[in-house]
Amino acid sequence: MTGEEAENGRDDMLIDGCEAEPPQENTVPDGFNANYLKVYYGKLFPHYDMFRWLSYGNDGKHPGCDQSYFGRREFSFTLDNDIYLRFQSFNSASEMEKSINEKCPFKIDIGPVYNVDPAKRHAYAQGGDNGFTPMERELIFDVDITDYDDVRYCCSGADVCLDCWPLMTVAIKVIDAALRDDFGFNHILWVYSGRRGVHCWVCDGKARRLNNEQRAAIADYFRVYKGNENSHKKVSLTGQGLHPFLARSYTEVLKQFFEEKLLCSQKLFSNEERFEKILEMIPDESITSELRGKWQESRRSSTSKDDINVVRWGQLKQMLQSGRQKVQGLRRCVEEIVFSYAYPRLDMEVSKHMNHLLKAPFCIHPKTGRVCVPIDPDRCEEFDPTTVPTLSKLLGELNMGVLRSEGNDEWDKTSLGKSVRYFRSHFLQPLLKSCKEEIESSYKAKLQESKNSLSCIAWSLEIITLESFGGSKSFALLKEIRVLHLTSCREGGKTSPKSGTGQDARKDRKSGTGYTGSPKKGGRGGKYTWAGVDGYYSQAEIGFEKEPLDAKDPNFEDPEDDVVVKA
Amino acid sequence: MEIVRSQKRAPTVATVVSSLPLYRSAPELQVRLEDFELFAIDRLRVLKEISDGLSRGKKPDEVEILVRDLWKSNMSLPQASEVINKDIISHFVLRLVYCRTEELRKWFLSMETTLFRYRFRGESSEVQRALMVEFDLPYKAVSHAEFENVKEKLGQVARSIGGQSVPNADTIFYKVPFEEVPELVAGRRVFILKGYAYVAMNQVASLVVTRFRSHLSKALVLTNRKWTSTIRERETDRLTPIVESLSTSYLGPDYSQPREFAEISLQDIDQVAKSSFPLCMRHLFEKLREDHHLKHGGRMQFGLFLKGVGLKLDDALDFWKSEFSRKVGAERFDKEYAYSIRHNYGKEGKRTDYTPYSCQKIISSTPGVGDHHGCPFRHFSEENLRAALGKMGVGNRPMEDVMDKVRNRHYQLACTLTFEAVHSSSCDVGINHPNQYFIDSQKLPQKNNPTS
Repeated sequence: MTGEEAENGRDDMLIDGCEAEPPQENTVPDGFNANYLKVYYGKLFPHYDMFRWLSYGNDGKHPGCDQSYFGRREFSFTLDNDIYLRFQSFNSASEMEKSINEKCPFKIDIGPVYNVDPAKRHAYAQGGDNGFTPMERELIFDVDITDYDDVRYCCSGADVCLDCWPLMTVAIKVIDAALRDDFGFNHILWVYSGRRGVHCWVCDGKARRLNNEQRAAIADYFRVYKGNENSHKKVSLTGQGLHPFLARSYTEVLKQFFEEKLLCSQKLFSNEERFEKILEMIPDESITSELRGKWQESRRSSTSKDDINVVRWGQLKQMLQSGRQKVQGLRRCVEEIVFSYAYPRLDMEVSKHMNHLLKAPFCIHPKTGRVCVPIDPDRCEEFDPTTVPTLSKLLGELNMGVLRSEGNDEWDKTSLGKSVRYFRSHFLQPLLKSCKEEIESSYKAKLQESKNSLSCIAWSLEIITLESFGGSKSFALLKEIRVLHLTSCREGGKTSPKSGTGQDARKDRKSGTGYTGSPKKGGRGGKYTWAGVDGYYSQAEIGFEKEPLDAKDPNFEDPEDDVVVKA
Repeated sequence: MEIVRSQKRAPTVATVVSSLPLYRSAPELQVRLEDFELFAIDRLRVLKEISDGLSRGKKPDEVEILVRDLWKSNMSLPQASEVINKDIISHFVLRLVYCRTEELRKWFLSMETTLFRYRFRGESSEVQRALMVEFDLPYKAVSHAEFENVKEKLGQVARSIGGQSVPNADTIFYKVPFEEVPELVAGRRVFILKGYAYVAMNQVASLVVTRFRSHLSKALVLTNRKWTSTIRERETDRLTPIVESLSTSYLGPDYSQPREFAEISLQDIDQVAKSSFPLCMRHLFEKLREDHHLKHGGRMQFGLFLKGVGLKLDDALDFWKSEFSRKVGAERFDKEYAYSIRHNYGKEGKRTDYTPYSCQKIISSTPGVGDHHGCPFRHFSEENLRAALGKMGVGNRPMEDVMDKVRNRHYQLACTLTFEAVHSSSCDVGINHPNQYFIDSQKLPQKNNPTS
C-alpha cells in the first residue's frame, strides 16, 4: 500500500509538471486533446468517488466486507490511437487512479464484477464452462437519440438540439418512475452520454445480482416499439386496456409531452409527408381519406391563428375517438400514435446481458469534449446538453482558480463542482448507506448461522492441519477428534437435519478441494480460489439464488452419484 | 425392477398424488442397459417433436395438445409406477447426453422446460399447489385487504392481456418477487409494485417453471463437470458410446462447417444469392448492396450464414469491406468492423467458432428500428412481404398459399412453400435452417434453379 502511494506521488509530480506549461492566458483552445485530458484526470476526475461507488461498501472497514470485490471488476480503456484495453482491474483506489493517469484513456468503460480477478482470467478459462464468469453487474439502460430519427425532423444522426432533446427527458421520466415504483429500485444514476443520449445505472444490490434472463425481462417490460424497417406498425397496443405501467406513462408523461411540446416543436402535421406518416398508423381507410382531404384543402385557407399541428391533431383525435361504435382497434390508435412518437426507445441488447460494457460517468466525449455528467431525474427538464461543462472550459476555469486559492478539491472551483456534488449527495451517500446496512445484516445472519457450525469448522480446520503436516501418523488422532466432534455437534446445537447436511457438504468441499483434490490451476492455489468464490456466494445467498452454479444449494444432489446401472 | 424414490414429499402433500416428478434428485434404481437407451430415445422423440412444433410457430393451446398426445404415444407403459420410472430414468439419461456442450444444454433445457410447463398446466389446481410446496415456493395468497388495495390495477392488467374474467375477491393471487417470474414481467402480464409481482393462480405455471428451469440449468452444468471429470472415463465401454451417439442422431447438423462442395467465391456471390439464398438472406444481401451498411443483428445473421455457405474468412473480409468502405470508409471498417467478422470466424476474443443461426433463432429475434435481420415471413408487413416474394419470382397462386401459412404463423412452412415455388421442386423435409435452404437449393439440378 505504501509502495503504491509512493509511486503515486511521483506520478502527481509529473502532472504538475505538465500543468506548468499550459497557455499563458486563461483561454484554452477549443477541442479535445490528450494533454488536456491528462490534466483533467489528474486534477478533476473524481477517482475516489468512482472507487467508493464501485466498491459498494466493500472498502475494508467492516469484517463482513468482501475485500476482493472491487478488484474483480472489469474496466476497459480506449486509448488515443484506438487501442482497446479490456479486462483491466485494480485492487485499490490509488491503483485505479494511477493507471488512469498513466494511460490517459479517451474512454473508460465499466464492465461486470467477475468471479475472479479479470487479470487472472486465463488461469480459469481452461477450467471448462463457467471458469471465468460475470457475477454482478448494474442493470443498465442506454437511450440514444439516433434511434428516434424517424420521428424527429430537427436533426438527424448524432446531432441533437433543444427541440429533440426533450425526447430524452421523457425517456428518463418514464423509465425512472417504473424502476422505482414498479421494480422497487432506489439507487439509480442517470448520466449524459456526452453527445446524443443518456445512460442509466441501477445500482441496488438486487439489481446487480439479476441474471441475464431477468434483465431481458425488465428490458422487454419497457418495450412497446416493435417495428423494424420492413413493417409499418411501430407500436401495437392490443387488448382492451393498457397495462398499468403504460397507462401511467401515458397519462402522466407522454400525452402532455406529445400535445404540448413535440407536436409543435417537430411540426408533426406541417406537410403532407409528415401527416401521411401519421395517417399510415390508422387502419381505417374512410377516416384517413377524410382527414387527408380536409388537410390538403386547408393548406390554402389556413386563416386560423392556431398552430396547424395542434388543429390537425385535434381533428384526428375527434375523428378517432368520437366514433364509439366503430372498430375496437381505432380507439387505441391515438395512444399508439403518441407512443410511437414519444415513448422511450431503448437499446435492448445493452440491458440484456451482464457483460455489456458501458462508458463510465465523468468521462469526456472525444467528439464533443463534453463531460458525461449525472442528470438529476427529478429535475431532468432543466438539463441542457449544450451547456454541459466541456474539457476546454474546465481547464480554463482551472487555470483561473489555481491562481486564486489552494484546496484539495480542484473540481469544486469549476463548473464540474455541481455535478460531483450531486453525484455524492444524491447518489453515493444513500447508496453507501444501504450497502453498509446490507453488509451488516448479512454479516449478522452469517454469524448466527455459523454459531451452530462453529465447532464443525474448527474440526475441519484441524483435519486440514493434520493432513498437511502429519499425514498418516495422525490418522489415529483424527479418528478420535472425529468422535469428539460428532458428540460435540450433537450436544452443541439443536440443528435440524437439513442444515446438518449443509454443514457436512461445506466441510467436505473445503478440505477436499483445498488440500486433497486435484490442484487448482493458476491463482495462488486452491485456498485462495475457494476464498474468492466463497466470498461471492455467501453474498449471493442473502438474496435470491442465482445463475447456474451454486454448489452449496442444499437442494442440489448430483444425479450421477445415484444412478446405479446394471447390465 | 425396483424403485426407491429419494424425493421426500412434505407430509402435507402426501394426500395429493402427482404424476409429475420434479427430477430434483436421481432415483436409486436399477435399469437394464437396453431400457437405458430405449427410454431415452422415447423421451427424445417427445422433445424433438416439441422443438419442431415450436419452430413451426404453434400457439400455446396447440402445443398443449401436442404435448399431451406425444406423451401418451411415447411414454405410456401398462403400469402407472412404470410410467413414472420411465419418466425419471429417461430424463436423467438425457441429462447426461445433453450436458456436454453449451448448445446441447440450451436445447435440452428449453425443451424440458416446455414439456414440464404443459404437463404442469394439465394438472389440477390441488396438484399444482402441492407442486409449489414441493418446490419450496412458500408464497401466501394475497390477503383480502391487500387485494382490495390493488384490485383496480389487477383488473387493468387482466383487461390488457385480453383476459375474459376480471379478477374478483375469489381469484387467488400470489405476491412474489418479480425476479421469480421473468416471462410474466417480459410480457407485461402481471401487475408489479415495488418489486413484487401479483401472480394470478392461472399464471403460477410460470413461477414453477422458472424454478424448474433454474434447477435444471444448475444441474446440467454440474452434470457436465461430473461427466468430463469421471463418468466419461469410467464408462468408456458401457455408457459413453450410448450417450455420445444419442445426442448426434437426433439433432440436425448445425452447419458450422461448410460442406466441401458448397464453397463459394466472391465472384459467384451475386448469382448464388439469386438462385439459392432464402428470402431472409437475400433481403440482407440486397440491403447491404443498397445501403453499404447493416446493423449488428444483420451482420451477425448474414455473416454467419455466409460462413456456413463456405465463404472463407479472407473473402468475407473483402466482401464486407467492399460494401462498408463505401459508407464509412476503409479505415473505419478496419477499425470497427473487421474485428467482429474475424470474431465470427473464431479468430478473436474467446475464439469460439460461431454457428450460423437456425430458423428458430431468426424467427424469435426482435429486429428494431433500422434493422433488416429476422425472418421476413414473420417480421415484414404483408405488403412488403408480397413485394419481396414477387421479386423472388413467386407466382400468384403459390403467393396466396404462402400468405396463408404466414397468417397462421407457420413461418417455416411459408419459407418451404417459397422454396418449392422458386425451384419448382418439392421440399419434403421442410426448411429448418437458412443454410439447409441453401444446400438443398444447390443440390437441385441446375434446371430447377431460377437463374439458369
